[in-house]
Amino acid sequence: MNSCILDIRDLEISFFTQAGEIKAVNNISLQLKDGEVLGIVGESGSGKSVASYSIMGLIAEPGKIVNGNIRFNNHTIETMGKKELQKIRGKEVSIVFQDPNTSLNPLLSIGSQLIEVIIRHTNKTKKEAKERAVELLGLVGMNEVDKRLKQYPYEFSGGMLQRVMIAIALACEPKLLIADEATTALDATIQAQILELLLQIKKKNSMSIIMITHDFSVIANICEKVAVMYAGRIIEYGKTEDILYNPKHQYTMGLLKATPNINSHIHEKLVPIKGSPVDLLNPPLGCPFAPRCEKCMKICLRSMPKNKVISDDHYTACWLLEKKLWS
Amino acid sequence: MDNKLIEIKNLKKYFPVREGIFATNYIKAVDDVSLYINKGETFGLVGESGCGKTTLGRTLLKLCQPTDGQIFYKGEDITFQPMGQYRKKMQIVFQNPYASLNPRMTVYDIIGEPIDIHRLATSKRQRKEMIISLLSQVGLNYESAMAYPHEFSGGQRQRIVIARALAVEPDFIVCDEPVSSLDVSIQAQIINMFERIQEERGITYLFISHDLSIVSHISDRVGVMYLGKIVELTDSKSLYSSPIHPYTQSLLSAIIKVDSKDNKGNKRLLLKGDIPSPLNPPSGCRFRTRCVYEKDICIDQVPELQECRKEHFVACHRVGEF
Repeated sequence: MNSCILDIRDLEISFFTQAGEIKAVNNISLQLKDGEVLGIVGESGSGKSVASYSIMGLIAEPGKIVNGNIRFNNHTIETMGKKELQKIRGKEVSIVFQDPNTSLNPLLSIGSQLIEVIIRHTNKTKKEAKERAVELLGLVGMNEVDKRLKQYPYEFSGGMLQRVMIAIALACEPKLLIADEATTALDATIQAQILELLLQIKKKNSMSIIMITHDFSVIANICEKVAVMYAGRIIEYGKTEDILYNPKHQYTMGLLKATPNINSHIHEKLVPIKGSPVDLLNPPLGCPFAPRCEKCMKICLRSMPKNKVISDDHYTACWLLEKKLWS
Repeated sequence: MDNKLIEIKNLKKYFPVREGIFATNYIKAVDDVSLYINKGETFGLVGESGCGKTTLGRTLLKLCQPTDGQIFYKGEDITFQPMGQYRKKMQIVFQNPYASLNPRMTVYDIIGEPIDIHRLATSKRQRKEMIISLLSQVGLNYESAMAYPHEFSGGQRQRIVIARALAVEPDFIVCDEPVSSLDVSIQAQIINMFERIQEERGITYLFISHDLSIVSHISDRVGVMYLGKIVELTDSKSLYSSPIHPYTQSLLSAIIKVDSKDNKGNKRLLLKGDIPSPLNPPSGCRFRTRCVYEKDICIDQVPELQECRKEHFVACHRVGEF
């Protein structure tokens, strides 16, 4: 069970816009084991979506993988052509996007969109594919499946559509599922249902999941490992418990303090992170978080800290921790 | 009793939906809601999408005329009053800061507009001073006044919207999901700002959100809405420590606590199914189709909001039983 399904090394992705080069992903390395659930947290613009889209080869112009390699299930993604990529998309790796209302075709029935994926990637006949579609919709907890198959996206609520999206993503039993803010647009009770569903399916199919989110409660609930991203870099990585209860990077600590907590005393002041996220067009020279960091030192503004291993599977990039080791 | 700033009694807002030539059905977005908001407090309103919380906030400001019921401001019935003078007292901050600022006006003019409408400034100089002071109150510098909305990030835009609402020195602001489109670190900045402004000016807020943890953080009292009705209403401390209505209980168990280590072992009370369509809500108790405690009486009778502990109101037939 301990083999790596995904191995990203030194990945750099840039968008070449008229205003200049935007380094959306900056030197990321990540490993994901079979059956593991990895959470990627970060604010908007931190590169979390871009990094995971690259696994499916979904980086569009003017974006480009500048450096590094992505090995997924014995494929080398960055060198694969369009046709080859299409073969693995939906079959070995699938994605569930944030907004189900815009990611399904409004002109096709749910059934035909489901069956399309199945026929494309397997040798099933149309009839077999339909049976599989019925089974899938049942799996994601839908009733009156036969009727539902003929319905169009507008006839579903947001939560139902997200289930359809998940059913489509799971159609060919992928090895890896990327959920890009899959529950963000949903209500709390529906979100809980969907997360529960993902966990069940994961157990059943021994699938790996990458959860992209900005919500720590989702992470706490289903992830085993967490990567915290800021300005295109992974600034802290570790087991969920380590990140939530023993964070080492100032940004992670700040994020956790800024999250309102239901257990905390009412009217206890939230501690916001001052300033606003970095402008990726003109990134700071040193640590990208330095301008917002309360414990910023001179060295932070000058050069980027290296990853510091704290314990097994827990590393972070911060100068503060280096200093401790020197003294 | 004079402490009530806003009070609504049996407020209803129905939206007609044409079905065929003669038949008209109604979406009962707000159905028979009564509540009051004390001076200087923050009243939180939570509920899932489509439960009518936004409509309630808008109807309260008479941005849409209520179908039935009464609205009181400082004891005066304003249900059929022209709103001109009250607009100065009651303001709103909308959810989407990208859509609520005119892209062709500078920030200076956006904030200046309410000052002009209500003739609050006697001279151009005074107007300018007011705008500068408003901007500094929301943490923006004067240079930003000449910029256009597109030059700002979401959090900064929300600050501009708040400055505009504050321009007329209102007593009461409806905050309709003001932070839900913002990043976590920015959310905390804006929430702290709301609290600071409240301390400085003694403003009363109606804080509408679907996020229970934010509402619990900022509110003194909280109302939980489900399909146009208030199902539970109490101070936020007892709502979170001892929720009574099964819907509130499941909402609370659906949000996962970040700081308790036994998360994964916690059995959550998962709700089955989706919210029913507000076009044909279930008979009797509207929550019964998703409720685990459903009984015959829930199908026949609509439960009334009743006080079951001090200042703790719940609308459920089976209140005493669990």
